Amino acid sequence: MKYDDRRYSIIITPSEKTLLRVVDLHVHFPIREGILMHHRATVKAVNGLNLLLNRGDVFGLVGESGCGKTTLGRAVVGLAPITDGEIFFNDQNIVGLSGRAAYERARSIQLIFQDPYSSLHPRKTVCDLVGVGLKLHGLAQGYQIDEMVLAMLKRVGFSLEHMYRYAHEFSGGQRQRIALARALVLRPQLLILDEPTSALDVSVQAQILNLLKELQREFNLTYLFISHDLGVVRYMSSRIGVMYLGNMVETGLTHDVFQQSQHPYTRVLLSSLPSLDPDTPHHGILLEGDPPTPIDPPPGCPFASRCPEVKDCCRIDKPALKQRGNSATHLAACHFPYL
Amino acid sequence: MTTEPLLNVQDLKVHFHTLRGVVHALERVSFSLNRQETLGLAGETGCGKSVTARAVLRLIDPPGRIISGSIFFEGQNLLALNEAAMRGIRGSKISMIMQEPKMSLNPVIRVGEQIAETLIIHDRSLNRKSAKKLAIDMLAQLGIADPTRIVRRYPHELSGGMCQRVMIAMMLVTRPHLLIADEPTSALDVTIQAQILELIQKLIREIKTSVLMITHDLGVMAETCDRVAIMYAGDMVEMGTVRGVLKDPQHPYTQGLLQTVPDKANPNQPLFSIKGNVPSLLEPLTNCRFVPRCEYAMDRCRHELPPLYRLNGDHQAACFLHDSHGTLLKIDD
Repeated sequence: MKYDDRRYSIIITPSEKTLLRVVDLHVHFPIREGILMHHRATVKAVNGLNLLLNRGDVFGLVGESGCGKTTLGRAVVGLAPITDGEIFFNDQNIVGLSGRAAYERARSIQLIFQDPYSSLHPRKTVCDLVGVGLKLHGLAQGYQIDEMVLAMLKRVGFSLEHMYRYAHEFSGGQRQRIALARALVLRPQLLILDEPTSALDVSVQAQILNLLKELQREFNLTYLFISHDLGVVRYMSSRIGVMYLGNMVETGLTHDVFQQSQHPYTRVLLSSLPSLDPDTPHHGILLEGDPPTPIDPPPGCPFASRCPEVKDCCRIDKPALKQRGNSATHLAACHFPYL
Repeated sequence: MTTEPLLNVQDLKVHFHTLRGVVHALERVSFSLNRQETLGLAGETGCGKSVTARAVLRLIDPPGRIISGSIFFEGQNLLALNEAAMRGIRGSKISMIMQEPKMSLNPVIRVGEQIAETLIIHDRSLNRKSAKKLAIDMLAQLGIADPTRIVRRYPHELSGGMCQRVMIAMMLVTRPHLLIADEPTSALDVTIQAQILELIQKLIREIKTSVLMITHDLGVMAETCDRVAIMYAGDMVEMGTVRGVLKDPQHPYTQGLLQTVPDKANPNQPLFSIKGNVPSLLEPLTNCRFVPRCEYAMDRCRHELPPLYRLNGDHQAACFLHDSHGTLLKIDD
C-alpha cells in the first residue's frame, strides 16, 4: 500500500455495516494541447479522497462548484476515469470492473442527475424510460416490465394515465420523480443524488425531499446526497462531508459539523448562508477572492490561499483528515482546527 | 418631491400572445419604491418577477405586450414615452444586472472596453481614454485587487463572481437612480454570493441608488431588502416590510413558502410542502390563483378576486381571510 495506514486508519476501518468505502481516490484529467496533444497540465478534480458510507446512511456531500463533488459521484458509478485509489462496494473493489460484474455494479449503484430536463430522453415514453433498465439487466420480460414500471410509478405519485406520455409533458418536479422511478425499479442499494433539487422551486423541492426520505426508509436505501445547498443537506443527511478543491476537509455527524465545525472553510461556508430572520444581523466571514483552480494545485493545504487563519506551515504541509472535536467520527483536515 | 416615490407601478398588466393562447403573465401588479430603498420581489419560477423588471425598462419583446397600467418613474410615465426618450433612461437612470453574468457580457470585447462603452454612450463628452480611467476607478472601488490587469481581460478569462463584479461596475458607473438586480447571485456559490451582496449594499449606500431586488431566495431577501413583495402566478399577493412579511406572513402562500425552506426544519419530521403545482397562466385572473393549493380556500375564493387588504401599517395581503379586520386598499391609495 502506498499510503500511510495510520493516517487514514480512522475512516477506512470497515465494519459489517459498511456499504461503500473510497480509499485515497484520485481523479485527474489531463489537459492536452496542439496537434501532437502535448500534456500541458492536469486538472486534479478529486485529489486523495477518503469516504466511508454505512448501510442506511444519508451522506451529504457539500462544497462549491468545481470542488469535485460531482466527479466523485461519477467515479463511484464508473463514469469518470480513476487515476489512482480504490472504491470498495460491499467489500468488492469496483475500480476497473468489466463484464457481468460491471453490469451488476451498475444495477446496484444508481445515479440521479441534477437537471431533469436533459437527463430524460424526449422521444421516449415514461414507460420506456423507466422500463429500459429492467430489460437491459434481464430482470423482467414482456408484460412483467409494464407491471413493475406501473407499480413503481404509482409509488412516486403517478397513475396509469401518465405511463405513455413523453417526458416533455411533465414539469421539473415530475421529471425528477420519473428519474427516481427509473433508478428504483432496479432495486439498487446505493443511490447517488447529484443536486437532485437544485433545478426546482422551493415548494416542489419540499415535495421531492419528502419523497426521498420516504423511499429511503421503504426500500432500505443508502444515499450519497450531493448538494451545494447547506439547508437541504442539513435536513436530509445523517452525516456530511465538506469538500474543497478535490479534498475532503471535514466530515462527521451532521450535528457535529454544523454545531462545532473544526475547519475554517466549513465555518466560512456556514456563515455565508443567508439567514431567513431579518433580525439576526449578518456577520458572515467574507473570503477574499475566488476558489483557486484545480489545475496543478500547489502543495500544502488546498484552502491556504483564502484561509483567514493561514500560517506558514499550511502552505507546505498538506494536513491529513484527523479526529477533531469531541466525537470519534468527527474528522477535519486542518493543522489549526477550532476547538 | 421628496415624499413622492421614485418608482410607482400601478395595475400593470402584461400578456404574451402565443399559439396556445394568451398567457396572462402579469395581472394587477402594483408597487412603489421610495428613494434609497431596497424592494425585494420574490416568488417561484414563472410568477412574473423578471417580467415585472423587464416591463419597468419596457424591454418586453413580442409576443409580449404591456396591456395596461402605469409606471411612473421620477414623475414621468414611462409607458407614455417614445423609444428615444426611453433609451435616455435605460442605463443612465435605470440599470439592470442580469442573472447570468457570462451571458450578458460580450465574449469578444475586453471587459474594460465594455465598461467604457457604457460611459461613452451616456456621456458623449468623454473620450475613450478618460472613460477607461473611470472604468478602472470603478473596478477599484469594487475592491478588485488589480483593476488595470482585469480591464484587459476577456469575459471567458474571468470567474463567474468576477464577471458579476464587472457587470455591477458597468451598471453603476453611470450612477443610476434605480438599479434592478434580477437574481444577481443565483448563478454563484454561497461564499461568492456573500461577497457580491455585501458589495452591492456598500455601493448603493455610496451612490444613493434605490434597488429593485428580484430573487427566489428568501434568505437573500431577508438580508438585503427593506420591503418585500411576494408574487404568485402573475399576481402580487403580499407586500410589507421585510420583518413584517417574513416574521408574520399574512397570505397562505407566503406562509407555505416560508415553511418549505428546509434550513431550520426538524430533520425528523416531513417537510411542509405546498400541494399541487403552479396553475396555468392561460386563464385571466378572475379569482384567487392560489385556491387549488390553499388550505383555507373558501367558496368565495373560487369566484371572486380578493383585493389587497391593508393590515397594519404598510403590510398588505390579497386574501379574503382579512375581509373582516383589514381595511380595503384602494388602487389610488
